[in-house]
Amino acid sequence: MSATTHRRAAGRAAGTGRATGGAYTAVALLILAVMLFPLYWMLNASLLPSTELVRHAPTWFPVHGTLQGYRRALSTQGSHLLISLGVSAGTVVLVLLIAVPAAYGLAQLRAPGGRLLTFAFLVAQMIPGVVMANSFYTAANRLGLLDSPLALVLADSTLCVPFAVLILQASMRGVPAELSEAALLDGASKLRTLLSVILPVSRNAVVTASLFSFLFAWADFLFAVTLTTRDDRAPVTVGIYRFIGAHLSDWNSVMATGIIASLPAAVLLVVAQRYVAAGVTSGAVKD
Amino acid sequence: MSITVQGRQAATTAAPAPPGGRSRGPARVRWAAVAFVAPAWLYVAGFYLYPLASSIRMGFQDYTVSSFYTGVAPYVGWDNYSKVLHDGHFGETVLNTVLFTAGSLAFQFAIGLALAVFFSRRFPLGGPLRSLLLVPWLLPLVVSGTAWRWILDTDSGVLNHVLLNVHLIAHPVPWLASTHDSLTAVTLVNIWVGIPFNMVILYGGLQSIPGELYEAASLDGAGGWQRFRHITLPLLRPVTAVVLTLGLIYTVKVFDVIMILTQGGPAGSSQTLTTFAYNLSFQQLEFGRGAAVGNLLIGVAVVFAVVYLRATREQRQAGR
Repeated sequence: MSATTHRRAAGRAAGTGRATGGAYTAVALLILAVMLFPLYWMLNASLLPSTELVRHAPTWFPVHGTLQGYRRALSTQGSHLLISLGVSAGTVVLVLLIAVPAAYGLAQLRAPGGRLLTFAFLVAQMIPGVVMANSFYTAANRLGLLDSPLALVLADSTLCVPFAVLILQASMRGVPAELSEAALLDGASKLRTLLSVILPVSRNAVVTASLFSFLFAWADFLFAVTLTTRDDRAPVTVGIYRFIGAHLSDWNSVMATGIIASLPAAVLLVVAQRYVAAGVTSGAVKD
Repeated sequence: MSITVQGRQAATTAAPAPPGGRSRGPARVRWAAVAFVAPAWLYVAGFYLYPLASSIRMGFQDYTVSSFYTGVAPYVGWDNYSKVLHDGHFGETVLNTVLFTAGSLAFQFAIGLALAVFFSRRFPLGGPLRSLLLVPWLLPLVVSGTAWRWILDTDSGVLNHVLLNVHLIAHPVPWLASTHDSLTAVTLVNIWVGIPFNMVILYGGLQSIPGELYEAASLDGAGGWQRFRHITLPLLRPVTAVVLTLGLIYTVKVFDVIMILTQGGPAGSSQTLTTFAYNLSFQQLEFGRGAAVGNLLIGVAVVFAVVYLRATREQRQAGR
């Protein structure tokens, strides 16, 4: 192994010296600037007074910034943000209640029909959202659940449960059988073993599943726009959508709302960067 | 350097842990297992199978807004399907869906692959910069779509301003307001949305290609392009199949981007099957016809799901 390593190291050193490394970093920064430009442009517009936004030449930096947009955004969208917060938190709880026991049963207890269940979740992610929305709307209408946060929690959970089961199952499969067997020999029940042995060991997967469930529910637009008819019951995605429809010229407040609605994602990226990367690489999916 | 090499080899060889051949005889243990997965089974039945069945049934019913009040939705056979197929916009909608999907996939994949190759070199700040590229992927599509709507604005949008200044265009392009440009505009934004996902998955695939292959090829005098053409592309094929089929399944059902930017307009010029189904159900309140279009989408999804499962079968069996 050491021979290959040395050769490799030699190749690397010849290929990327310090100068080329710096050039790569410069190119990477340029790529990042292009890819993230829409976000900067949103931040910029959220700080500019509306009069500067409709000028013929764009204002590139918010030197004469104003927080007016944020004030208006909070006053018109504050309640929508709270609804989104509640719905997303509720979705996380529901998803964990279903996915954690299922993943334990599949990965550690080898429940009969496990392959079929895993397969069902794999396929379930491919059902077009608009089909689900159509059926959920008629069902919610019959059950009197339209405009109820509960309907949104139930609908949003369908975006998250398959992913959560798959990622938790993969993690729990890696927990050595000896650990849970030792707990069982000590007289712990299956539930107790799950809660005090398996869960702590697969903490990372639980965090990842929760984070992504929160994000998926927070970002949901299709179920939100179909299952809420009353404006005062709408989560923030629908709030923004209807706000643009009504105040298209007021880009300042619209963009401020956009920035506020991106905060959960930004916080997650900073606080839990390694979990996010883990979630994406383990096949996280999004509509 | 040698540590990273070892680390990477360890990461690639440390496949999923062996499932541990435990023999659990007593029936009691099995029942406990069943109890743990029972909620998930009920969930699959209630939240995936039921909506699926209900949509297929609605496709054969004259299900309109009055059905909610009267509770009556008469069965009309294939009527909904024939009405949808004879809708003046159906052909255009299918064509839009194909163009939107093909355009999105081709560019997402090409750009994602280029970025994955670029970021698989080691250079200062490479890791953090790569993670930051994921930001667009994490934002709610409603938010980034709104930002794009502002960028693509005909008069005040920055894209037109820049294009005018570098003389690429002579007059402002009405990206979202003309029947000629709207499909291009929504495809462009959807490409931007999909690049990070493609990059991350392809980056993962690149990491699992043994570095020794490249070294051997270099020693044999292969240049950069030859190494890419004869090592990277062939060895990346399984991951490519997964990315493209998953991308297909998710692009066909894209809803948010189009709704925020154009609502499928103007005059249906950026309508895809997904927004068409939404419009039928939730704007025209023709739920039966909306379900019929949705069911056509299910058909498309089933075809590509089979392709996807074929492509990943070997990997999943290896993982077991």
